[in-house]
This record gives sequence, C-alpha cells and structure tokens, in this order.
Amino acid sequence: MKKNKMDNIKIGKFKIIKVLKKQLPGYLFISPWILGFLIFVLWAMIQSFRYSMSNVVLTPGRIILVNVGFNNYRNVFLQDMSFVQTLLSFFISSILEVPVIVVFALIIALLLNGDLRLKGFFRTLYFLPVVIVSGPVMDKLISQGATTVPIMNTAVITNILSKSLPQWLSNPIVTLFEQVIIILWYSGVQILIFLAALQKVDNSLYEAAKIDGGSAWECFWKITLPTIKPMIFLNAIYTLVTLANSDQNNIITLIYNDMFSAIRGYGFASAMAWMYAIILSIMILLISLMFKEKREGA
Amino acid sequence: MFAKGINFNFVKKNIVKSRKFAYSWNKIKNILIGSNVKRGLIIQLIIYTILISVGFVYLYPLLYMIVTSMKSLSDLLDSSINWIPSGFYIKNYIQAMNVMNFKSAIIGSFYIALVPTLFQVFVCSLVGYGFARYDFFGKRILFALVIFTFVIPPQITMMPTYVLYSRLGLIGTMKAFIFPALLGQGFKSAIFIFIFYQFYRQTPKVLYEAAEIDGAGHLICYFKIAIPTSIPAFIVSFLFSFVWYWNETYLTQLYLGNSGMGTNSSITTILLQLQQFEANYNALYPANVYTTMRINEAIEMAGTVISILPLLIIYFILQKYFVESVDRIGITGE
Repeated sequence: MKKNKMDNIKIGKFKIIKVLKKQLPGYLFISPWILGFLIFVLWAMIQSFRYSMSNVVLTPGRIILVNVGFNNYRNVFLQDMSFVQTLLSFFISSILEVPVIVVFALIIALLLNGDLRLKGFFRTLYFLPVVIVSGPVMDKLISQGATTVPIMNTAVITNILSKSLPQWLSNPIVTLFEQVIIILWYSGVQILIFLAALQKVDNSLYEAAKIDGGSAWECFWKITLPTIKPMIFLNAIYTLVTLANSDQNNIITLIYNDMFSAIRGYGFASAMAWMYAIILSIMILLISLMFKEKREGA
Repeated sequence: MFAKGINFNFVKKNIVKSRKFAYSWNKIKNILIGSNVKRGLIIQLIIYTILISVGFVYLYPLLYMIVTSMKSLSDLLDSSINWIPSGFYIKNYIQAMNVMNFKSAIIGSFYIALVPTLFQVFVCSLVGYGFARYDFFGKRILFALVIFTFVIPPQITMMPTYVLYSRLGLIGTMKAFIFPALLGQGFKSAIFIFIFYQFYRQTPKVLYEAAEIDGAGHLICYFKIAIPTSIPAFIVSFLFSFVWYWNETYLTQLYLGNSGMGTNSSITTILLQLQQFEANYNALYPANVYTTMRINEAIEMAGTVISILPLLIIYFILQKYFVESVDRIGITGE
C-alpha cells in the first residue's frame, strides 16, 4: 500500500517533469517576447504609474521620485484646460471617424469584390496611402490645404454646422469634412481585410439564397454582414488604434511636449498618458460591447 | 365544347405572348441592371464610375503635391496655371535636397528602416512559431497579452523606456531601436507576431511529425521546415515593417531627435528633416533684402515628394506583395 503510494508520487513527479519537458520548447521559442514584455511593457507600465504619482526630478544619472499621490492627475484637470478639451475632442472625433472609415472600407471592398476588370489596379490605388502615410507628410499636406475634396464647398458646410450645432460637436464634424481625404487614407489596410473576408464567404450560401429569390440587397444584409462581423470588429479596433497613435492626434503631441517641459515634466506627462489610456480602453470596451450584444441577439 | 376549345387556345396564346414579353424584358433587364446572379451593364458602369471618382479624390493630395512641386515661383503666382505647370522646375528639388541634407538623411532612413526590421521579423517569426506550434501552460493569457501590447498607447511606456535608454547611453544610437525589436517589442511587433502565428497554424502538422520521426529537433524543425514554408509571411512582414519604421517619427524624434536632454545624434532620417524643413531652410538660405529666395509651397512639396519617393518606388515594384498580403497570410482564416 505504502509502496503503491510512493509509486504514485513518483509517477506524478515524473509526469510533471515530462509535461515540463514537453512544454519547455514552446516557452523557449517565445522567451524573447516574454523578456521584452517584462522590460518594455510590464516594468515600463509600473514605472510610468509610479511617475504619474510623483514629482519626477531628473538629475544626471539618477532619478528622484517624490511621492505626491494623485496630485498630478488633479493638476491635469485643474491646471491644464487644454488637455481635457483635447481628450474630449479626440473622443468625439474618433466616434465619428471610426464608423466613417470602416463603412467606407466596406463599401469599397464590396464594389471591388465582384468580377471586376482592373481589380488589381484599383486595389493598388486604394492601398497606396498606407505606404506613404506619416506624420510630417500629412502635416505638409494639411498645411497646403490639399486634403479637402476640391469640389466640396467646405465653407458652406462649416457655416451651417457651426450655426446649428454646439461647438464641441460642430468642430469635429467640420474637421471630418475638411480632412476627408486624410481620414479615408487610413482605410487601406481595412479594405484589404474586408476584401479577403468577402472572398471567404461561402458561395453556396448565396446560391441557396438566390434560388429562394433573394436579391443582392437582401443577401448583403442577411448573409454578407453577419459572416464578416468579426472582421468589422477587428477593423474598428484597428482603426481606433491607428487613429490614436497617428501623429495627427493632438493628445500625443501634448504629452510629448509636456514630457520635456520645465514646469511639468515626466510625472505630469505620465498622468496624462494614463488618463489617455483609460479613455482609450473605455472606447475599445464600448466597441467590443456593441459587437457582443448583436451577436447574442442574432 | 368547341367554344371551350377556342377559349382555351386564346388563353394559351395570351400566356405565351406575355411570357415572351416577360422573357425579353427580363433579358434586357439582365443585361442592363443584372440579375441576382450577375451584375448588369448599368450597374457595372456605376461601379466603375464610383471607383474611379473616389480613386481620384483619394489620390488628389498626391497629385497636388507632385504638380505643385514642379512649379516655379511665377507659376505659383499665376492663377491661370492650375494643374499643368509651364515646365518642370527642377530647382525646387535641388533646393529641397540641400535643405534636407539628402544624402545622410536617406542613408539614415534606410538604416533605421532596415536594421530593426531584420531583427523584428526574425524574432516575431520565432515567437509566432512558438505560439502556433506548441501547447503550454498560460498560452492563451500570453497571447492575449500580445494583443494587449498592440492596444496600449506607447505614451505610457515611452517615458520609463526613455529613462532606461538614457541611463544605458542608448539615446541617439541605433541600439534604441534594435533592442526592443530583438525582444519582440519593436514598432507594431504584435501585428507581425499575429501574422506569423496565423501562418504557422496553417502549415500541416504532418510535416513536423514526419521530421520528428526522422529525429529532427525543435530548432531543426523551425529552420528547415517552418522558415522555408513561411517565405510569404516573411516577405509581407518585412515590407510592412520596413514601411512602418520608415514612416515612424514619434519615437524616432524622441530617441534620435535633438529635443529634450540635449542629446544630438549623428543619425537623421528623411522624415525628421521634413519635419524641420522650414527651420532648416531659413538657416540655409537666410532671408535678406538682396535675394528673392524665400520658402514657398513648391519647395516644401518638393521636399515631401523626395521623402516619399523611395517608398513609392518600392511600392510600385513590389505592390503585388503589399496588396495580396492579407490573402497570402490568411489572417481572415476560419
């Protein structure tokens, strides 16, 4: 009996070793990433949180942290009016821009999806901006006014909007119109993802629907859209993250500037970065909730 | 009975007639508008029109940039010249190249886009392979963390990283870009890990099993089977990584730019030069009463064209790989 138990333990130990041995290669393969994650993400996040709670004094070779609690966060609200405003306008403009980009990408992908001649040419054309989009280039184009659709009379739209809507809402819509091309330029990757997803939709579904007399319109709403819903979700998140990290985003420039400003410094900027991250995660949560609810309802 | 027969014939004729009419009408409709099987002519025409006009709008900034960059000062001031400049005014480009320090900037750009990319692609393929091929404890959580690193804004981790680098003396050197790339935390690394993960999951397991029976170890499996089968994923990741590193300015400015702690590095990139274009121009061609040389939009646009030209060339040569990237990797699989 006793011996048996010993055996069991031995087998157990052996098993653990065996399982470990089996798992080890996997860990080894991803070990660079784990190390990188620990240093550049986990450690950096903890450190940045500590910065945000303290007054950071930089001396050559050393960093002195003086704990000030949530003072930095309070100061962001009380001292820096522009940050809260920028954050709010980022929030509103992303809520406007993400659907515009995703829907635009979907429409272009649907148009390209059929048996179209010059399909390759159009794909090349619509993907081109992804390759050249960068902060300085965009800055130059925007400052030249090359980003509005020339035929569209933005002055009239601006006038009407600013009269009929409150400023916090009319401003983002006006920028939406003024920089419509730049916004559309962010949709290259999304178009490709949608195109690939559309090609994966099972053709027999359409055939069955057509036999039952379904029109293309019905097919789109009843077959295409539900099938590619995960891709819509993916694209929405991707769009949001790209917009959040684009150099056109005023918040990240603000954080950058405050990081090196003499009065504010790292602590203040870290507090800003954390608040920005919180807003961003709330937005991501909102998007995922939207998609989850519909999935259950269907 | 007879009457009934006539009646029947009459009805039959009518039906045939109406059917014929409906048939021909349907045929015309099918050709023009299309049925639910195929798009008709009119619909096709509308689609092409939309695609071409949207395409024009899409490329408008680019066309504007190129046209403006060729204009001389008199062309710029002449309101009758809109789209076709009176001639190719090459002086804009020469000036812009001088201002941007073209030679060293382009070398710096290539350097900074190429070296971290090589490390990043290799490490991401290793990590992606690890995730796709092996099962281990906590794999799902770790993979979720990979996605998490894509979503968190870099502004959070940027300051401690900057402090760390300046303590190690990496600011202003290429190592500030190589180290994170080596540890799978380079620019948009999560996307590349994801790409490789998707790709390796699709390679048939039989291949590895056969190799293992023949006594191949884990590394041999990776180098002899995984890498050769995943060439498309390597090409796509390489190209995207290259382009994204080239276009990255936020971190480049932080690590290589001369802002902040007075660090001044010898490496500069073409986009950093574009960012400081106006200041550099004024330093190089100081404004005074005697010269008419002033910065104008044509010169700025010439600088912009120069900075995107290498990417445009790469894109048009290799556009197949860019455009088919999603199909090749099968991100949308399942």
